[in-house]
Amino acid sequence: MGLNRRQFVNVLLGGGILGALGSLLYPVFSYLRPPKGSEANVQSVKAGLASEFPNNSGQIVKFGRKPVILIRSETGEFHALSATCTHLECIVQYRPELKQIWCACHNGLYDITGRNISGPPPRPLTEYSVDIVSDEIHITKPAELS
Amino acid sequence: MVPKTPIGRRLFSWMDERFQIVPFVEFMKHKSVPSHRGTILYYTGGVALFLFLVQVLTGILLVFYYRADENAAFESIRYIMTKVEFGWLVRSIHSWSANLMVFFVLVHMFSNYFTRAYQKPRELTWLTGFVLLTLTMGFGFTGYLLPWNELAFFATKVGTDIMGVVPVVGDLAKMVLRGGEDVTGATLSRFFAIHIAILPALFGILLGLHLLFVQLQGMHEPEAVAGLNPEKKKLIAFFPNFLLRDTLVWLLVFNVLLFLAVFFPWELGEKADPFASAPAGIRPEWYFLFMFQTLKLIPAHVIFIEGELLGITLFGLAGLVWALLPFWAIKDGTGKGRHVMTLIGVLAVVFFVGMTLFGYLA
Repeated sequence: MGLNRRQFVNVLLGGGILGALGSLLYPVFSYLRPPKGSEANVQSVKAGLASEFPNNSGQIVKFGRKPVILIRSETGEFHALSATCTHLECIVQYRPELKQIWCACHNGLYDITGRNISGPPPRPLTEYSVDIVSDEIHITKPAELS
Repeated sequence: MVPKTPIGRRLFSWMDERFQIVPFVEFMKHKSVPSHRGTILYYTGGVALFLFLVQVLTGILLVFYYRADENAAFESIRYIMTKVEFGWLVRSIHSWSANLMVFFVLVHMFSNYFTRAYQKPRELTWLTGFVLLTLTMGFGFTGYLLPWNELAFFATKVGTDIMGVVPVVGDLAKMVLRGGEDVTGATLSRFFAIHIAILPALFGILLGLHLLFVQLQGMHEPEAVAGLNPEKKKLIAFFPNFLLRDTLVWLLVFNVLLFLAVFFPWELGEKADPFASAPAGIRPEWYFLFMFQTLKLIPAHVIFIEGELLGITLFGLAGLVWALLPFWAIKDGTGKGRHVMTLIGVLAVVFFVGMTLFGYLA
């Protein structure tokens, strides 16, 4: 470790410049990283009356800041699923003629339980639970998302 | 080129005394452009530059009324298009010229590929040109969101989500770009800042370097011309002959641009709704369509890799290989190597055009 005076000064200077750059860039990068939002942690939402929801149809419901798709099958069962496509995050829609969930962006298809059945989606849609309490539809977040 | 009027002469010597401009004037006097079958290709870069200038001017005009807020962006563009005098024209020119600029940048790039203009000593001209192409696409991507319409909203969701797939830094990059987890008003503010501040600054620096390299090294001559006896070579003086021809081409392009802007005004579409399903027939701008279509065709899983990760990795690698072209291209100018390079270029064009058309027709 034979550092002569010039090398020592160079190391000191170089280190100083790096340190100065770091102390300048760190706040800039931290500034650009968005703060963690004080997102209201929605656990459950009401989505209208079951008697008014036709069979073989679907609609997007606001679940806090996330879209959820509520579907009523031909036989009258309700399914609530995350409406965000697992491929590239487009919002899916229910296609009554196919009786399937379709993503228009890259032609992904899911069945009404959210299982990815064709196209590029790599995973199924997350399922939410649906309860009907005196004709009112309640959608609840699954435990793993809470 | 020394001015002929007394005032002009005095001004010239005033400047020369301070900034020694005579060598520059001499350089301009002797600057010439080779004249051959492919001279027309020399105009493509100039046209792209002209369209960039149109973008800057119309962009500045739009900023006077545009509001980068999720509740006001769409309305402010509608206001520009319906209430502001000539607002529809300014906005339409901005959109059309953006698309034409991408088109000419691509034509310029491929013409330089096929004439092998990227070879020594122009490696850095190619590299800066490649960065300018990516910045141009960055302008397109960020500018597309600014009207806050349905198509742009989903294109941005998909585009930024693709970034999230990149290993290690992807998630952070996605968060920083979006200004949060989802595409929201925060994304709009960030895209606006990138579109009107960061990209123009970077583009300006790169464009300056690119043009400097072209000035220092002169125009590239195709092999057939470069091998000719100096007496047989035809040259056009840059000033004023080539410059006047350039101006004429710029005027022609400007006319085409105005024709498109007036007779096919750019639509505004529907306002974005973060809680609406993606509409059928959704697709990005035409210059991203080849990637979009390819991603559509890759299955969810290829062996054990997720399809989108595979697609992004392949596109990333292809981009890198293309950027570094001068450093791996086969230099053999006459034999098989030449054919291999031409074949690679043709395949790249066929893939780009084929996938784009497929995207439109599918």
